[in-house]
Amino acid sequence: MSQQLTGPDLAGEGPDPRTTTASSDGSTSGSTQAFEEVFGPTRDNEPELVQLLTPEGERQHHPLFDQDFSADMLRGFYRDMVLVRRLDTEATALQRHGELGLWAQLLGQEAAQIGAGRALRAQDHVFPTYREHGVAWCKGVDPLRLLAIFRGVDQGAWDPEAHHFGLYTIVIGAQTLHAVGYGMGMQRDGVVGTGDPDRDAAVIAHFGDGASSQGDVNEAFIFAASYNAPVVFFCQNNQWAISEPIERQSRIPLYQRANGFGFPGVRVDGNDVLATYAVTQAALQRAREGQGPTFVEAYTYRMGAHTTTDDPTRYRLNDDVERWKLRDPIKRLEVYLRRNGLVDDAWLAEVGEEANELGRTLREGCKSMPDPKPDAMFAHVYAEETEELRAQREGFAAYHASFEGGAA
Amino acid sequence: MSEQLLERPAERVVERVTLAKALNAGLRRAMEADDKVLVMGEDVGKLGGVFRITDGLQKDFGEDRVIDSPLAESGIVGTAVGLALRGYRPVVEIQFDGFVYPAYDQIVCQVAKMRYRSGGNLTMPMVIRIPYGGGIGAVEHHSESPEAQFAHTPGLKVVTCSNPVDGYWMIQQAIASDDPVIFLEPKRQYHADKVDLDTSATPDPLFASRVVRSGSDATLVTYGPQVKVALAAAEAAAAEGRSLEVIDLRTLSPLDLGPVYDSVRRTGRAVVTHEAHVNLGMGAEIAARISEECFYSLEAPVLRVGGYDTPYPASRIEEEFLPDLDRVLDAVDRSFDH
Ligand SMILES: Cc1ncc(C[n+]2csc(CCOP(=O)(O)OP(=O)(O)O)c2C)c(N)n1
Repeated sequence: MSQQLTGPDLAGEGPDPRTTTASSDGSTSGSTQAFEEVFGPTRDNEPELVQLLTPEGERQHHPLFDQDFSADMLRGFYRDMVLVRRLDTEATALQRHGELGLWAQLLGQEAAQIGAGRALRAQDHVFPTYREHGVAWCKGVDPLRLLAIFRGVDQGAWDPEAHHFGLYTIVIGAQTLHAVGYGMGMQRDGVVGTGDPDRDAAVIAHFGDGASSQGDVNEAFIFAASYNAPVVFFCQNNQWAISEPIERQSRIPLYQRANGFGFPGVRVDGNDVLATYAVTQAALQRAREGQGPTFVEAYTYRMGAHTTTDDPTRYRLNDDVERWKLRDPIKRLEVYLRRNGLVDDAWLAEVGEEANELGRTLREGCKSMPDPKPDAMFAHVYAEETEELRAQREGFAAYHASFEGGAA
Repeated sequence: MSEQLLERPAERVVERVTLAKALNAGLRRAMEADDKVLVMGEDVGKLGGVFRITDGLQKDFGEDRVIDSPLAESGIVGTAVGLALRGYRPVVEIQFDGFVYPAYDQIVCQVAKMRYRSGGNLTMPMVIRIPYGGGIGAVEHHSESPEAQFAHTPGLKVVTCSNPVDGYWMIQQAIASDDPVIFLEPKRQYHADKVDLDTSATPDPLFASRVVRSGSDATLVTYGPQVKVALAAAEAAAAEGRSLEVIDLRTLSPLDLGPVYDSVRRTGRAVVTHEAHVNLGMGAEIAARISEECFYSLEAPVLRVGGYDTPYPASRIEEEFLPDLDRVLDAVDRSFDH
């Protein structure tokens, strides 16, 4: 079933299901109301999100983004989320045991990532930030390759072309421009808007709410709009940029920014894997068909710390965390699956066992990862090594050898 | 390295060209040789660039290959990264030296490191062209010499041409390179001199310096806009009976100092000159290396002549800032005073 987002004109006159403000309880003061009319909903009064599955596990319908999900798909989403959460908790534990120098947790963001990741076709290309473990999972990147980065073994030595999954990018927002350029390349390669579903391709760029303040992200919006590049900007608004709340980044709901750049923005419940899947799929399809960029804001929450070095108790309210626990993306799908007889205890136990197995593999794989050889630092600086660097590398080798050989 | 881009036509065509014309012809040749070569930047299309280096390219190759970009330097370089990852060879024009800084992060953190981070899985065949240097009476941000900032960054290669013949070949060689190249064009030379360009000749390699005037008494080491100044200084010195050897470095990263060492071992004296600020500039590196390699041949310390450690001044006094023939000769005199 092919879905389409309508173009930027949707933001004009008439009711737009994406921009409807959740009705407050009637006691809104005049000025608050005026504020909301102009700027959209405030954080305490959350907007109506595209949602297909409520936190209670009830199926919702949406005029633009609804679709039928097969039992296999639903079970697949569940399995992915459970395994990716295990990857996350396992990596966190490995960091605590000193096996990783750092880990950037995704706890709570599983639905946003699996929904987006599973909406991708094989030929679609991902430009991730540093927390896209779930998307990497969907693109078949060995999770040990991710651990290797945080262990300090390498800086992302998978083949981005083979997996259609780019390098983890630490400078926030930088990769959004790479995504647009790559999409412009796809246009030139004639793999956009051909009408052949096996050929048409799109790019997705992941970034955070904090990154949305960066110049690069805004420049990426402009380039993508100007060249109608086949890009989906996928922002996980997890409410926090380390200790800085979303209010520090934006006075308006982020998805509304897209209108100012001339393409549609959608806010989706990032804890609802069905909705993130459906919305991302529609946005990707739009891009593949040559209709240009879309901004998807996945409204979610970082339940863990920013990274393992962060202490969120210094800046965030425990109440918030408790509130968001009730919206756990895995729990709600489990309720739905059980209630509809799509899974039973035995199946769930099987997934649990699979997660345990993954945990074992990661623990063993991580600990047995060899350190790179010291002279690996000299490799891959240039496609054509310079004489200067060759001399340094040889000097380094000789220096090392003088110790090893010197004793003999 | 793309061999296809380096193929030379058999027929011999000789034209008298300026640096601007030579660069334009070089770009044109590269675009004809490989349809993956793209040109991007502000005003590079219809206008042909503010210096007209890309003149006529969009007319001949279309808007998909000569891309007028939004006015966003980080965006230009960052999207070029994506295009390079997709297998294209973007040649990016930064309008003026002083406007490269918004793109500095993309160049230093992304372009330079992409190959390294990926463990060799990715290549970054990109050229970033920057008209640089002063002497054109411009307002601020239009006369800077940021070469050391890029030469200090592993993963980048930095070259600069000083004449039309080099301009023609070096731009093609830079495009053919699989490494990212910062390509510095001395803007005051763009329209200065016309020379004969033989398009069937065999060019020097890209990453090689060259002795442009032989001499026996002292060595002048320079590059880009200062080559002309150094040659004039050597001419004047010759009239007074002093023989100066002039070396055009051409490549700043990697540095090709072999010819410099050979020269200094013969002459025993070296003066390094450039327009950029002296403090921590290219001259500091070159002087240090000459001291390391040629210590016992040196009759005097290696001296540096360059821009003062001030921001580039208002243009009415830029001639005071820019090292000229007299300041170069003064340094040579000081070398002989030792
Ligand atoms: C240009 C830049 N500035 C600062 C940092 C340090 N830093 C790393 S992550 C981060 C917060 C990012 O928040 P957000 O974009 O919301 O993404 P999240 O980590 O919450 O997913 C900061 C400030 C950085 N990596 N890059």
